[in-house]
Amino acid sequence: MSSLPLAHLLNEPVGVAHFMLVGAVMFVCGALCMATKRNALGVLMGIELVLNGANINFIAFGSKYLRNDANTLGLDGQLMSLFVIVLAAAEAAVALAIVLNFYNNHDSVDVDRAEQLQG
Amino acid sequence: MDPASLLPTLLTFAWLIPLASFVVILFFGKHMGPHGKLAGHVAALSIGTSCLLSMIALFGVWLPNHELVDAHHGGHDATHEGEDHESHDEDHGAEEAAAPQGSQFQYTSTEVASAKLTLTAASSGEGEEHSEEHNNGPPPYYTGEYYTLVSFGSLKLALSYYIDTLTVVMFCMVTLIATCVHIYAMGYMHDELHDFTDHEVTLSNGAHLKRPGRYWRFFQYLSLFCFSMLGIVIAGNVAMVFVFWELVGICSYFLIGFYIERHSASTAANKAFIVNRVGDFGMLIGMMALWASVGTFAFGDMQDETGKTVMTESGEVAEPGIFSQLRTKENDYAIQPTEGMVAEGERITTVEEGEENNAGWWLLLVAGVGIFCGCVGKSAQFPLHVWLPDAMEGPTPVSALVHSATMVAAGVYLTGRFYPAFSPEALIVIAYVGAITLLIAATIAITATDIKRVLAYSTVSQLGYMMLSLGLGGWLAGLFHLITHAFFKGLLFMCSGSVIHAVHTNDMTEMGGLRKKMPITAYTMLVGCLAIIGAGIPVAGIGLSGYYSKDAIIEQAWNFFDKNQFHGSILLAAPVFGAAITAFYMFRLWYMTFAGEPRNQQRYDHAHESPSTMTTPLIILAVFAVAVGWNFPGTNLGVYNLLDQARPVGTLATSEGVLMESLTIPNEHDAHNFLVKAGLAAFGTAAAGLLLATLMYLLRWDMFNPAEIKQTFKPIHSWLWNKWWFDELYWAVFVAPSMVVAKFASSFDRGVIDSILHGAASAAKGGSQVVDAVFDKTVVDGSVNAFARGTWDFGLLLKKLQTGSLRQYILFIVVGAMVLFVSAFFTIVISGS
Repeated sequence: MSSLPLAHLLNEPVGVAHFMLVGAVMFVCGALCMATKRNALGVLMGIELVLNGANINFIAFGSKYLRNDANTLGLDGQLMSLFVIVLAAAEAAVALAIVLNFYNNHDSVDVDRAEQLQG
Repeated sequence: MDPASLLPTLLTFAWLIPLASFVVILFFGKHMGPHGKLAGHVAALSIGTSCLLSMIALFGVWLPNHELVDAHHGGHDATHEGEDHESHDEDHGAEEAAAPQGSQFQYTSTEVASAKLTLTAASSGEGEEHSEEHNNGPPPYYTGEYYTLVSFGSLKLALSYYIDTLTVVMFCMVTLIATCVHIYAMGYMHDELHDFTDHEVTLSNGAHLKRPGRYWRFFQYLSLFCFSMLGIVIAGNVAMVFVFWELVGICSYFLIGFYIERHSASTAANKAFIVNRVGDFGMLIGMMALWASVGTFAFGDMQDETGKTVMTESGEVAEPGIFSQLRTKENDYAIQPTEGMVAEGERITTVEEGEENNAGWWLLLVAGVGIFCGCVGKSAQFPLHVWLPDAMEGPTPVSALVHSATMVAAGVYLTGRFYPAFSPEALIVIAYVGAITLLIAATIAITATDIKRVLAYSTVSQLGYMMLSLGLGGWLAGLFHLITHAFFKGLLFMCSGSVIHAVHTNDMTEMGGLRKKMPITAYTMLVGCLAIIGAGIPVAGIGLSGYYSKDAIIEQAWNFFDKNQFHGSILLAAPVFGAAITAFYMFRLWYMTFAGEPRNQQRYDHAHESPSTMTTPLIILAVFAVAVGWNFPGTNLGVYNLLDQARPVGTLATSEGVLMESLTIPNEHDAHNFLVKAGLAAFGTAAAGLLLATLMYLLRWDMFNPAEIKQTFKPIHSWLWNKWWFDELYWAVFVAPSMVVAKFASSFDRGVIDSILHGAASAAKGGSQVVDAVFDKTVVDGSVNAFARGTWDFGLLLKKLQTGSLRQYILFIVVGAMVLFVSAFFTIVISGS
C-alpha cells in the first residue's frame, strides 16, 4: 500500500488532507470544464467548480476540528470562503449579463465565436 | 501767518492750479459744454485764480514784511564821493534794522550793515582805490524742498522752491498777462468751436481740409504752458529749472504746431524744438560743470520752515547753494571760484609750474556760458534766433503769450536768476550776444511785411536789449525791461491778432486805414508802439513804461562805455542805434496797418472791430503798458524798486575781469551819472526813427518813397528781406553737410553693411539646407523612424498571442500553473535533499 502515493489516506482518520483531495478533484473538474466546454454557461459552471474547490480548502484549513492546534476562534477560512461566494455571485451576475448581450448579438452562447478581440 | 510758510503755500497753489486745469481739460475737455466751450472758461478761471493768489502773495504777504527802498534814491547817492556814500548806507542799514519788520529781512539788513562796516574798515586800510566799491548783501529769500528725488552722498537732486521778489513779480506778471491772453483767446479761437475749415491746407482732391474744432485742446496746452513757466520761475535749483525748461519747450512745440495739418506750422514747431535742443545741449554742459565742481544745483542756502538758514552743529551752513559758495561773505560777496572749481578746472586747463592758476575761472566761464546757451535757445538770441519768427505759425494768443510772458522770458529770467554765478568774462559774452541779436533782429524787422513777424523780430531785438543789459552789469535794468516789455509786447501781439481776425491776412501790404474800422485796436496798439520805443519826456523822467526800462539799459551801456572804451563803444552804439530802428519799424507797422488809405478795398470792407472778449484785455494791457514803469504815487512801490530788492548778492559792486584783465563790469548805481546823456541819446534816436517812419509811410514824401528806396538799395533790401540769409547759411553749413554725411552713411549702409548681412544670411541659409538634407533627414529622422518601425513590428509580433479563444487561455493558465507547481516541487525536493 505504501508504494502508492496518497494510499495512506485510506487508513487514516479524516483530516485536512482528505478535504484537500476532494477540493483538488473539484478544481481539476472545474478547470477541465472551463477548458473544454464551448457553451458559455458550462464555462461559468466550471468557474463555480473551481471556486468551490478552493472554498473547500479554505474551510478545511479554517476548521478547528480538522486541525490539532484548535485553540483559536478559527473563523478565518470560513470568512474567506464567504467572501469568495459573494464574489462568485457578483461575478456570475456580471458574466451572465455579458453572456446575455453576447447571445443578443450572436444568437449563440458559444465562447469560441467570441473572437473579435484577437490580434 | 509767517511769510516763510505763507508765501510758498500761496505761490505753490498759484503754480499748481494751471496743472489741475490741464488735467481736468485733458480728461473731460471734450465733454465740457458744446464743443468743449467750457474748457476755455476753466482754463481762464484757473489762471485768473493763480493771478489772484500771486497778487495776494505780492501785496498781502511780501510787501507788508519787506519794506521797499527806493533804488533811484540809492542810485543818486552813488554819485556822491565814496565816504559820504558809505556813511549814508550805514545809516540806512541801521534804520532798517530798527524798523519793525519780518525776521528775515531784519537779519539781512543787519548783515548788510555789518558787511558795509567791515568794508569801510578794510578800504580805509587799503587807500582810496576801493572807496567807491560797495556791495550789497544777500536779498531776502525763502527756499525749501518739496521732495528729494535722489541723493548721492553730498550731491542731491530735489524739487525745491526759491522765492524772492523776482519770483513774486514774475508770478504776477506771467499770470496777469496769461489771464488776459486766456480771455482774449476765448474770443479769438471761436472758429475752433465747430467744424473748422482750414483754408491754408489743400487736400489732394483740391478741397480744403475740414476737421473737428480743437478749442478745448488749445486751452489744455495753454494751461500746461502756464504751469511750466511758473515752474521755471518758482524752481529752487538748476535741475528743476531744466525740467520745466523742457516742459515749456514741448508746450511751445504743441502750440506752434497747433494747426498741425499746415506744413508750415509743423515745420515751424519742429524748428523751434530742434533749435532749442541745441541751446539745451550747452545748458547741460554748464550744469555738468556745476554738478562736478560745486556739487549742488540749489540757488540758495537750505532753510527750515521758519525761514532760517539750516546750520550744522559746528555753525556752518548745512547745505550751501551755488550763490553762497561762489560769493562768500569772507570775500565780500565778490565772485570767486570754489576750491572744487579750481580742482576740476585743472583737468581742462594745463597749468605750468609757477604760472598763475586761472583754472577755476575757466571752469566758471564754461559753467556760465553753458547755462547761458540754454538761455540763448529759449530767448532766441543770436545764433539761435531763427526759430522765433517761424513760431508765428501758431495762433496769435500763443504768440502773445510765448513772446511776452512765458517762453522767451524764461531765458532772460534764468540769466537774471543765475546772475551771481556769471564771471565778468561770461557777462561780456552775454553782452555781445545781446548786442548782435538786437541789431540783426531790428534790421530784419525793417523789411518784413508780415505783421506778426515784425513783432517777432521786435521781440528778438528787445530780448537782445535785455541780455545786453544783463551782460553789462545792468541786472536791474535788464529784468525791468523784461517786465515792461512783457506788457507792451503782449499788447502789441494781441492787437495784431485783432487785426488779423478782422482782415484774415498777416500781410501789411493788404491793410491800411484800419483805424476808422477798429479804433480800440488801433489806439491801444499806438500805446504799445509808443511804449516799446520808450516815448517819454527826457530829463523830466516821465514816460511810458518802455521809457524807463530802455533808458536804464542805455544808461548802463554808457556807464560801461565809461569804464571800457573799446568794448563799450560797440556795446553802447548797438542799443542807441537799435532804439532808432525800433522806432522806425514799429511806426512803419502802425502806419501801414492803420493809417492812410486802404490798400485792399475788399478786405477793408470786411473788417470790423473785434468782440469785447478781445478788446477788454487790450485795454487792460494798454493801461499796464503805460503805467507799469511808474511807482504808486507817493510811495516807493514800483516794479523797479521791487526788483531791486531781489538784486543778487554781490552784483552791485564793480567787478574786474580775471581772464580779461582790462574788463570792468561797472556798478549799476553809477549808471545814474549818465541819466541825462543816455536819456537824450535814446530820445534823439527814437525820435529820428519815428520821424523817418512818419515821412516815409504817413506823409509819403516823394524823397522817401519806400518803393524807390527799395529799388536803390536792392542788395541790402534783399539781404534784410531774406533775414541776413541765416536760414540759408544754416542750411549750407549744418543741414546740407549733414545730409551729405547722412546720404553717404545711408549708401554705405545699403551698399556695404546690407550686402554683408544679406551674404551672411544666404550663406547661413544654404548651410542649413545642407544640414537639413544630410544630417536631419538621414540621421535624426532615420533613427526616429527606425525606432518607430521597430516598436510597430514588435507590436505586430505580440498581437499574434491574442487569439481571443477563452478555452485556449484557460489551457494556458492551467499549463502555466502546472509548470509553476512542478518547478516549485522540484526546487523544494532539490533544496530539501
